[in-house]
Parts: sequence; C-alpha cells; structure tokens
Amino acid sequence: MKQLEALAREASALAQGELPSSSMPFAAFPLTANEQEVARQLQICNACRYCEGFCAVFPAMTRRLAFGKADIHYLANLCHNCGACYHACQYAPPHEFAVNVPQSMAQVRGQTYADYAWPSALGGLYKRNGLTVALALAGGLALFLVLAVMMQGSLLHAPLAGNFYAIFPHNLLVAMFLPIFSFVVLALSIGVRQFWINVTTQDATGQVSSAAATEATVDILRLKYLGGGHGEGCNNEDDAWTLWRKRFHHATFYGFMLCFAATSVATLYHYLFKWQAPYPLGFTLTSLPVLLGTVGGIGLLIGPAGLLWLNLRRDPNTGDTSQNSMDRGFIALLFLTSLTGLALLVWRDSAAMALLLALHLGVVMALFVTLPYGKFAHGMFRSAALLKWAIEKRQPNRLQMGAD
Amino acid sequence: MLDVLIIGGGNAALCAALMAREAGASVLVLEAAPKLWRGGNSAHTRNLRCMHDAPQDVLTDAYSEEEFWQDLLKVTGGQTNEAMARLAIRASGHCRDWMRKHGVHFQPSLSGTLHLSRTNAFFMGGGKALMNAYYRSAEKLGVQIRYQSAVDHLEIENGQFVAAHIGTERITAKACVVASGGFESNREWLREAWGQNELGEWPADNFAIRGTRFNMGVLLKDLIAQGADTLGDPTQSHMVAIDARSPLYDGGICTRVDCVSLGVVVNKNAQRFYDEGEDFWPKRYAIWGRLVAQQPSQLAHSIIDAKAIGRFMPPVFAGEKADSLPELAQKLGLNVAVFMQTMNDYNAACRVGTFDHAVLDDCHTEGIQPVKTHWARPIDTAPFYGYTLKPGITFTYLGMKVGESTAVRFGGVESTNLFVAGEMMAGNVLGKGYTAGVGMTIGTAFGRLAGVNAAYYASKSGINNEVSAQ
Repeated sequence: MKQLEALAREASALAQGELPSSSMPFAAFPLTANEQEVARQLQICNACRYCEGFCAVFPAMTRRLAFGKADIHYLANLCHNCGACYHACQYAPPHEFAVNVPQSMAQVRGQTYADYAWPSALGGLYKRNGLTVALALAGGLALFLVLAVMMQGSLLHAPLAGNFYAIFPHNLLVAMFLPIFSFVVLALSIGVRQFWINVTTQDATGQVSSAAATEATVDILRLKYLGGGHGEGCNNEDDAWTLWRKRFHHATFYGFMLCFAATSVATLYHYLFKWQAPYPLGFTLTSLPVLLGTVGGIGLLIGPAGLLWLNLRRDPNTGDTSQNSMDRGFIALLFLTSLTGLALLVWRDSAAMALLLALHLGVVMALFVTLPYGKFAHGMFRSAALLKWAIEKRQPNRLQMGAD
Repeated sequence: MLDVLIIGGGNAALCAALMAREAGASVLVLEAAPKLWRGGNSAHTRNLRCMHDAPQDVLTDAYSEEEFWQDLLKVTGGQTNEAMARLAIRASGHCRDWMRKHGVHFQPSLSGTLHLSRTNAFFMGGGKALMNAYYRSAEKLGVQIRYQSAVDHLEIENGQFVAAHIGTERITAKACVVASGGFESNREWLREAWGQNELGEWPADNFAIRGTRFNMGVLLKDLIAQGADTLGDPTQSHMVAIDARSPLYDGGICTRVDCVSLGVVVNKNAQRFYDEGEDFWPKRYAIWGRLVAQQPSQLAHSIIDAKAIGRFMPPVFAGEKADSLPELAQKLGLNVAVFMQTMNDYNAACRVGTFDHAVLDDCHTEGIQPVKTHWARPIDTAPFYGYTLKPGITFTYLGMKVGESTAVRFGGVESTNLFVAGEMMAGNVLGKGYTAGVGMTIGTAFGRLAGVNAAYYASKSGINNEVSAQ
C-alpha cells in the first residue's frame, strides 16, 4: 500500500512537471510528449546519419541505440539550434516522417529550463517569460526612481562630477545587489547540478578530465557549433549559411563579460585600493573600469541588436516560436542595460545623472533577477552538455556496428 | 531565344545547368517537383565515389582509376562501356573542387560506413544539402528555375530538339539536356514490366519506391516513342529489402534493415530461401530486394536474437520483440510449427567457430538447405526480434544509349542539340548491379559534360532564332 501511495505521489508530481524524486531513478520516468517526439525523430536520424558533420548532437546520437529521458535532456541542450540539419533533411516536412530536429530539440530545451529551475515553483516563470521580464523591469525601474527621489528630493540636481555614490551610497548598492547576485549563482548552480547528475549518472560520464574540460571551454568560447561544421556558419531565414549569428553572439557574450569585468575591477579598486568611483576617462590604470565598460557596452549594444534582427528574420520552422518572447525579452534587457550604462557614462557630469543612474540600475536589477528564469540559462545547460560530450567522445563506443 | 533548357532537377540536371551557365549560356531549369520536393533521387544520396591517388580531406589512402574500373567491371559483370566508365572515373578525381566552388561541403565517412572511407566522399548533410547548394549557386549565377514544371513531350525534328511541351505551353531553346530520371515512380509501368507471377500476384504492386515520386519516366517513354536508341531492360532495377512499414515514396536510406547477415530470413511460409551469410552485407544488400520480390506476397522476415543487438545500423522502425521464438512467430503472423521446425533445423545445423562480423568468419551451417556460409550462430538468446521486409526500388536501368558526347541517338545518329544525363543514361556505364556512390559519379560527370556540350552548341548556333537545320 505504501508503495502504491509513493507511486501515486510520483505520478502526480510528474503530472505537475516536477523533477523526479530521489526514490526513483531518473531514467525510469516516462517521457513527456515533447521528449517522445525527440525520441521518435532520433530513431529516424540514427538510421540515416547524414548530418553527422554538422555538430556534436549527431555523433553523440550514434553512440546510442535508444533515447531515454537523460539522453534527450542532454542532446536537446547540446543542440545549438543552428538549423543546418533541418534544411539538409530528406525527412523534413512535408515528408510523412516530419523530422525537424531543431524545433523538437528547442521544445524540449524550453521544458528542461523549467524542469531544472530552482526553486522549482519558479520554473513557471519560463513559460510566462514576457510577463516576468516586464514585471521585473517595471519593478526595478520603479524601485530606483522612487529611491532616487526619496534620497535626493528630485531626479534632477546640480552636476556632481559623476559621483553616483552621492545619489546611492556604495553600501546601499552592495546591500541590494549582493543578495540578488548570490541568489542567481545559487539558483543556477542547483539547477545545472541536478541536470548534470541526471544526464551523467547512467553512463558514468561525470568524471571530468582536464583535456575534456579544455575542449569544452574552447568550444563554448568559440561557439564552435554555430559554425555549421564547415565554418561557414548556421542557417537563419533559409538554407544559406551565415556567420552573423556567431558574430553577434560573440559581441553579446564578450560585451557582457567585459561589462562584468568592469564591475569586478571596480569592486577590487574600491575594497583593495580604496580607489572610489567615479573613475576617470582615458588610458590610466584607474580608468580601466570605464574602458572595459565602454568597450563591453558597445559590444552589448551591437550584439543584442544583431541577434534581435536575426531572430526576427529566422525561419519559424527551425525553432520553438513559443520561446520568441523569452529570447527577445532577454535580448532587450541586455540592450537596455548597455544603452543606459553608456548614457550614464556620457552624461554623468550633467544634471540628469541621478535619473540616468536610476534607469540603469533598474534595468540591471531586472536583468539579474530574471537571469535564473530566462534565456540566460541556455548558456549554463549548453555548457554542461558540451562538457559531457567532450567527456563522452573520449570513451570507447560500446556499439560494434559497421565494422564490416 | 533561350540557349540551354535543362529538364529535370536532380544532381545531373543541376550540374548541367551550372556548367552551361558558366560557359556563358542562358539557362532555364524545369523541375517537375515543387520546391520542397526538388532534387529527385539525388536528395536521398549521401556520397560520391571518387578516384584519388593520395589521402584527401575526407578520403583515406588511395583509390586508383584502375581499381575503380575493376570494381565497376565486377559489379556490372561486364555490362559497361569502358571508355565512358573511365571518363566518369577520371572526372570523379577532380570534380570535387568544382563542387566546393558551388557550395558543396564534404564530411568524413559516417559512423557505420568505415568500409567507404577510402572510396566515397560523403556530402555534409547528405544529398539534399548538396542540392540546396547547387540550386543556391545556380540562382546566384542567373540560372532561371521553374518548379512544378513537368515536361510531357519533346518536340523533335530530324533528330534535333525544337521545344519542350508542358501541356499547351511550348518552350523553345537552342539546345536541351534531359535529366529527368528513370521510371521507378511509375507504378503502372513497373506493374507492366514485372507482370504476374505463378501465384497470380502482381509483384510490383507490393514494391515501395525508395526515392522521389516524380520519376514517372514520361520523357523516357516519349523519347522511345520517337525512335531514340535505348539500352537496358525495363524489368531491371536496383532493389533493396526494406522495412515493410516504409512509406510508399521517399523512404530513402533509413528504411534499410541491416541485420540479415546476423540472423536468418524466412518467407511468409516460415521457410528460409537464401544464404544470409554469403558475403559482407554492403556487398549483398542489393540482391535481397529481388530475393524478397520473388517470395509469395513479396515479403519476408529477418529474424535475430539479442546477440545481434548493437552490431548493425539501428533500424528506423522498432522490430517485433518477443521472449520466445513461438511468440515471435505469432506476432509476425507465421505458422508457429513450421517456423519452429525451420529455426530448430537451422540452430542444430550451426557450426560455430570464432564469430567475427568484420571478416568472413568460420561460423557456418552443415546439412541444411539453403546453407548459411558465415556468421551462423544459433538464434537462441531472448529477446528475439523480427523485421518484416518488402522490396524497395531505388532506380531503373532502362535508358538512352549514348556515347561520350551524351547526345541522344536516333537510329545510331547523334542529335547535335539534345543531350541526356543522370539516370536516363547511367545504364551505359552501369548496365546492372551497383556500388555505393557510383550513381552520383555518373550523374556528376555526364551532367557536367552534357551542360558544356549544350552550351557549346548554343554558342555556335548564334543569335538566330531558328534552330539551325543540319
């Protein structure tokens, strides 16, 4: 009877889309409709294999004969949604086999983001990501605008020579952002850790060698699998290759990292050397945060703008259009973060600094609050999947087919 | 007036179109299929058999002209034309740079196809990716392309091409390349060619067409009716045993069932009928289509046990699975007693030595007919699997008899402005049999040649709006 109750509990947990409980092995859980569709398509792909050269998904597929939940979660996140296999597919619609790997993988990917969200109740935010981002942005902006008015009495003021701590004291900002940042790191870590356990337990690929780690890092930093396997790029609106998605993603990623570096350097200056913001323009050591932020900010303007342009022109067949709002919402937040940051830099000596600062901080807060429940998560899960692939490909293939 | 009209939309047609355009001709391509189904059987291919003297990007070792020729001689049993065969072989040695120029990418041989890594250059993404690249390049070069344009009649005067007809529309051109495939999609014609068997069945009714549904053989028939010289026998076709659940058209490569040599094959009467272990599967898969076509109801069942799992390319459809052989017989709709007799006889006849699927091993049967000469191991380890097979036609051999110019001949006289390429003339090189990638070798070589010849004729005939009567 107890067993029956446990089963019933698991069934209802499953029906609500929750993660498997520890009492039942992950692989034993039934597939969702989206996962079944991936399994169906991969059985066709595995009997064809024409797309092996495009990316890592297909070589990884050929190491398997059947596709369980763990395999599907792994492969879905290994897929970079480049679209090459859809255009090359002899079984793509209108063929009755209706193979569309980029689309079915995207659908499962969207599901895994929600599945692995922590706390799990917040996984639903992925499904209503437009609303989530809108509320976060409204909240962030309101918070800092109100705060500025409360502390200064007005959004306009006599020029302060860029001293934004005169508006919001440094310790106040730390008190607000540090807990949020810590929560983001915690939430994403827990989610990715659960993903890693689920996809590596059954085939014992959890042991990371330095060679595998290096390869995965290089593949991530170079966006190898947006190269199409031949280096000419991925597909966007049709069967033509383009490198622009890779380039704009690089601009976005490295722009983001430079902005992040700017903040990190500033933090070190503040605590280690007691050098306080504002930092001067120019090419001195103390101007490094400004320099990093400016270069990064420009990348973070060009990158998201380009990605949005490509996203709007993307063949809707090669993705999950229900995730468009999530993708575009994240792109917009990144763009606004950069735009408000650069505006603040340009007009930091003016009477509008408080207003610009409040706008920038509001956007940054919205970005950070939504990091664990939006498009940002793709980088975490895809990195984990690439690491697993780098480990797996170094292991001998258990299948012996084709020796003849 | 249009210089060169290309009829067809597969590999040979696009090779002809690109070459004609590169030679300066104005070119129009008429593809019978809508855009989403363009490319004919080429969209289902995966590689090109290539000669090469040293390792190349995706090709290991070397594959000399002579070795390629000997392979061709072997598979065709001599039904080939040496001059034309060598022309195609030599062209395969240097056509890949041209293919790359038009956007084709190559990849190493796929997992499970190690035996082809020396001889065959695989297209990255397969034949549809290749066709996409060719169409894209053709459009960029200014080749006009019309889809859903099935030509039903060629207007020919004194052996010279005048115009192509699509219903009431008449399209004239100075020269024409016909590369519109065989007649494998034409079920009526197949039925007529195969006739009735001794059981009163029409075997062709149970065939699947592995490739395009648009190769209706309309222009083959039209050219034959107008007295063009032909070659080949309409009953001959490349036929593979495929999963009986395969779609009627366009099942392509994935419907193949590759476990025959690891088990036994029985017909609907639960009897074995051929040596499953005669030779390596890649050398034998192409005879099994015909073998199955000769069985009652044109079906058979490939039976394996757990020992075979993981040793062959995973099939597209899951097989029937059972914990015992009688249960499997029931699931496959076979007479259990007869099936068990067959299986027990086979199992008892197995002389198991050292099993090795990578060599012609010493596991064989003794005392039963038909024998199984290699890889014979008792089928005794549950679970058991059964895959029901039916014949799948890849292409037909009937075509135009041509020489190295690829010009269509009427009573032995070559047309000056009408050329054929691809499946419609492949029989000159490949009179029977097949070896992987050779269809693309022939299509590429003679498609390119036909395009050049057509463009050359068009340029010679000047701007005169009338086809020169010679």
